[in-house]
Amino acid sequence: MTNATQKSLLHTSRLKPWEPVLWLLAFASPLLLSSHALIINEIAIVALFAISLDLILGYTGIVSLGHAAFFGMGAYAAALFAKHVMPDPLVGLAFGIAVSTLLGAICSLTIMRGSDLTRLMVTLGMGLILLELANRLDWLTGGADGLQGVVMGPLLGRFEFDMSGRTAAYYSLCVGLVFFVLARRLVHSPFGATLMAIRDNRLRAMAIGIPVHSRLALVYTVSAGVAGAAGALLAQTTGFASLDVFDFHRSADVMLVLVVGGVGWLYGGIVGAVVFKLMQDTLSSITPQYWTFWIGLFLVVLVLVGRERLLRPWTWFRKRGGA
Amino acid sequence: MLTILFDGIAYGMLLFVLAVGLAVTMGLMNFINLAHGAFAMVGGYITVLLMQRLGVPFLLCLPLAFLGAALLGGVLERTLYRPMYAKPHLDQVLFSIGLTFMAVASMDYFMGSTQQIIQLPDWLRGRTEFGSGAWVLGMGHYRLFIIAVCAALTVALQYVLARTRFGSRLRASVDDQRVAAGLGINVNVVFLSTFAVGSGLAGLGGALGAEVLGLDPTFPLKFMIYFLIVVAVGGTSSITGPLLAALLLGIADVAGKYYMPKLGAFIVYSLMIVILIWRPQGLFVRKGGK
Repeated sequence: MTNATQKSLLHTSRLKPWEPVLWLLAFASPLLLSSHALIINEIAIVALFAISLDLILGYTGIVSLGHAAFFGMGAYAAALFAKHVMPDPLVGLAFGIAVSTLLGAICSLTIMRGSDLTRLMVTLGMGLILLELANRLDWLTGGADGLQGVVMGPLLGRFEFDMSGRTAAYYSLCVGLVFFVLARRLVHSPFGATLMAIRDNRLRAMAIGIPVHSRLALVYTVSAGVAGAAGALLAQTTGFASLDVFDFHRSADVMLVLVVGGVGWLYGGIVGAVVFKLMQDTLSSITPQYWTFWIGLFLVVLVLVGRERLLRPWTWFRKRGGA
Repeated sequence: MLTILFDGIAYGMLLFVLAVGLAVTMGLMNFINLAHGAFAMVGGYITVLLMQRLGVPFLLCLPLAFLGAALLGGVLERTLYRPMYAKPHLDQVLFSIGLTFMAVASMDYFMGSTQQIIQLPDWLRGRTEFGSGAWVLGMGHYRLFIIAVCAALTVALQYVLARTRFGSRLRASVDDQRVAAGLGINVNVVFLSTFAVGSGLAGLGGALGAEVLGLDPTFPLKFMIYFLIVVAVGGTSSITGPLLAALLLGIADVAGKYYMPKLGAFIVYSLMIVILIWRPQGLFVRKGGK
């Protein structure tokens, strides 16, 4: 390998100067906007969830409408663990991740074959089965009322979760950062390169000797684990788990988050989460009942106009195909 | 037991009429349209409005529901859907989810979130029973009516697709759009009319099913999964595939809810996943799994 190619390959994985700034800003935000710590916490969780979807959707090209299955699994696992075993958040988080990773490993068998439509159906079906399960097993999950009475212990034995949500926000931000760094390592590694090869041309990837099936299974499992972490964070910081975590809305929303921010780019999930949460917050305070209409309209316009053109208004009046 | 079978068939027939337009759109244009249920909802609401506000008889409402939904489908196809055909599947999914959200919220806004009730005419309300003991067959007249209408529609559709000039044009456009266009077939018009008819059928199904399935603004989201199951399991290459899949789904759902109410929708979803893992292209396609 020549020096120039090596440099250009390494260039994409190198830390950009604005990245530490962004993270410093993120960690300063609960202090600067202390009254909005709860929404910062939510944004961090949605961002982590979006990153997990990005691993399979953006980098591997698996269209999934049932990613909430893993999110919800993590949430219920963490909440049940805190209620029945021990209230320590970090152990609960690890337990939630483990359970949803296991579920992801099982589910990865179902996404190997067929077209986009088949995969869409299978993932959607998985999400719905888990929703039904959580609804029916009401002795365990509390059914439609949600799982109540989850009391979390203090973080690291020192920091209590309080009403203002500052501890929660820092907790979610830290976990988010850890997983972000891991995901960044993953997608810039040779493993990540093979994932993108599979996304771009599965047949050709197979022909140059990439073990497509095991790669798909592995990335799906990892992604499920990360989604489970996001779910566990939600359950722990709100002290509550309800059927809402498995809802179809959640799978659709996280897809929207990712598409708003940009698919196949890890910061896309973060940018999308900030934009989406702020938009949702504003819209639902204006029209509490009908905000889904505006979200829908936004989606339609976004797809029709194209994300690239929507973000760059000065290209609107240029002729297509020219220059 | 026969009663359950009968109800299942009626339910399956209804699902077939609701979903057949989707099967054609997916098979034809390779377009994943999650907003299909919205057209069914429009048909249902047209019927409700006409009957409650204007006192139009039920039988006259059905063709009007068809026309209304078809018109809406045609207009949307021309304005919004056509640019989407060439886009990747992810964009199509997002686009149609967005449309569904908009339809749900605007119906909520205009009509309220309560469930709408349709007053059936008297001659459809009765129920006839045959046989005795375990083999008793109770047939609700309305369900009988649904089966008759849907069976007639199925035969008509099969005839149009297999025997008429329009059917052969449609099949040609499905197989290869460019060659069909080269032969002088106006592919855009074929697609437009097919989409409109598919939406119209959904509207008709929504009108017919308003009494059985229940009609409220969340209808498109609630039944989207059922339509998709019919299409994904049945395959998109023929009419018979979705028909058999819809019947299977209808019977499995009704029987499951009757015999094992605890399990609820599990049976249907698990069955679908197993079938799709076994034959990813659908149950009734000649190509089979790759």
